[in-house]
Amino acid sequence: MTDATWKDWLLSDAPRSRGQARLAGLYQGWLKLSRNWMAMVGLGILVVLVMVAMFAPLLAPHDPFAQDLLLRLKPIGFEDHLLGTDSLGRDILSRLIYGSRITLYIVALVTLIAPVVGLLVGTVAGYLGGFVDATLMRITDVFLAFPRLVLALAFVAALGAGIENAVLAISLTAWPPYARMARAETLTIRNSDFIAAIRLQGAGPLRILVKHIWPLCLSSLIVRITLDMAGIILAAAGLGFLGLGAQPPSPEWGAMISEGRRFILDHWWVATLPGLAIFTVSLAFNLLGDGLRDVLDPKDGGSQ
Amino acid sequence: MSQVDVSQGGRHLAPLLPKLMKAASTVGSIAITMLGLLFVTFVIGRVMPIDPVLAVVGERASQEVYDQVFIDMGLDRPILVQFLYYLGDVLRGDFGDSVLTARPVSQDIARVFPATMELATLGVVLGVVLGVPMGVAAAVFRGRLIDQIVRVLTLAGYSMPIFWLGMMGLLLFYGILGWVGGPGRLDIFFEDIVPTVTGMIMVDSLIAGDWDVFANAFSHIILPASLLGYYSLAYIARMTRSFMLEQLSAEYITAARIKGLSEWQVVWRHAFRNIRVQLITVIALSYANLLEGSVLTEIVFSWPGIGSYITTALLSADMNAVLGGTVVVGLIFVCLNILSDLLYRLFDPRAK
Repeated sequence: MTDATWKDWLLSDAPRSRGQARLAGLYQGWLKLSRNWMAMVGLGILVVLVMVAMFAPLLAPHDPFAQDLLLRLKPIGFEDHLLGTDSLGRDILSRLIYGSRITLYIVALVTLIAPVVGLLVGTVAGYLGGFVDATLMRITDVFLAFPRLVLALAFVAALGAGIENAVLAISLTAWPPYARMARAETLTIRNSDFIAAIRLQGAGPLRILVKHIWPLCLSSLIVRITLDMAGIILAAAGLGFLGLGAQPPSPEWGAMISEGRRFILDHWWVATLPGLAIFTVSLAFNLLGDGLRDVLDPKDGGSQ
Repeated sequence: MSQVDVSQGGRHLAPLLPKLMKAASTVGSIAITMLGLLFVTFVIGRVMPIDPVLAVVGERASQEVYDQVFIDMGLDRPILVQFLYYLGDVLRGDFGDSVLTARPVSQDIARVFPATMELATLGVVLGVVLGVPMGVAAAVFRGRLIDQIVRVLTLAGYSMPIFWLGMMGLLLFYGILGWVGGPGRLDIFFEDIVPTVTGMIMVDSLIAGDWDVFANAFSHIILPASLLGYYSLAYIARMTRSFMLEQLSAEYITAARIKGLSEWQVVWRHAFRNIRVQLITVIALSYANLLEGSVLTEIVFSWPGIGSYITTALLSADMNAVLGGTVVVGLIFVCLNILSDLLYRLFDPRAK
């Protein structure tokens, strides 16, 4: 098919199959999103980030762990060290490039844990109601009541410092909002006619939850995840900065800032550059999340 | 409770009953939340890979001594009983002794907390004073330049690591320009001059009437407080903007304009008046967030508050201090949340 017929097929008013209708919905969302240039900038940055992480060995001019004490704390643009070197003479650019892998790793892991747990807890609570609902929501409230970073600190203290534990701690503090949201969505969906119809056809609770309620919670969940990502990256960087996240010599950006802190007044670039990297990535998530919210969830925010 | 009501002439109290029930259930859910919070910290303390007995008796103690201390500390009791004991201790304000400072954790917290409060309070004041007008302006001039500027500012605030921005601030305003004092609360020559009354140096120096100390304290606090202020500004301005947009699109605003009121009156006397309640809750929430956000800021600025206290304790495995600090911050957080909820109910006529 040519371009034009593809477009016609996607934008058809009368889709012939479920697949076509779904693709059409996605395509229209994409058209709307692509008109929001800020969201596109965010998406662009994230695509670049993924590429950089994938091709890190090809892009990095040096080994991110190779120390050279003769070349320590060299400024930006020194010989072949484009962004200078740190206190152990390691190439900062290479460390930033490899650090993108750690950032994506954290993002991916937290995305795998927190929303899934939240979705499970929220939909089960909302669908079953009664005692289960009351209990699960109390637990959610308790976790919501904690200040996130402090709770994460306490968890990392209990589990020991390290990147996996930091991810776990962040996930443990990040799931409650998802649970609340999924529960609210479930409550509105639960009593709708189409659920009653499916139930009359003999569908059990599991089938209703998995096949009919979860898909409907998905779009608001995605928006929330994207908007949360910035906060998660910042929290991970904060834990790294405190020495509780990724451990040296790992080129985690927060830990790099922490290393550079000692030289901030004389050798500003060591701490400044990783901070800029964190800022860029979380800004990208915020921009994309804002745009996605406008597309997927027009009633919420609705400010643009 | 309902029995009492009935026996004392239930008809008279009957309209109050639903309200009382509601109040009781609110109190109940707060109590359960707090209980859950304490349970979580208790569990964290128990799964700790640190042996609390070894921390007391040391590596070379004999098995008998170890067992004796194990029993003395109540570790042989069932976990639920241990939790009840822990609950009793916490209710009496006893968090155990800090290994690091060799003092009761509660005393330590009472000593460091005013520093955090001073910082967070000034931060939220800055956030409100700047953030509310910015949010209003962004809503009134929606889509125009000022709206874009506010949007960029708030988005940047949401995206910057606070500890990094703090370091950049130190580099620029302290290292290069020399406009502000460096890390810490006071320069060394000003320490211990004014007597401690509230523990908040700016207040104490005012009480003592010592303007030099006040000025020095101000030069130290202004940078970290502006930093926290920026973060609460980002949140407050964004929320103010969306509240205002909602009001400005309402019909009563059109009516007010048709009546011929000036735009100033429409915005401030009509629209803004209606978002005050929502704003109060947002401000209370952002104050609670600042107390926590100050953890990283305190580290960067060597500010001897509760955030630094918890982190230092954490790095030296001083668990009593970590858990005590966590509980206190958690309780304050819960209380501020409840407070914002109560304020909302008190002031919003619709909630009645």
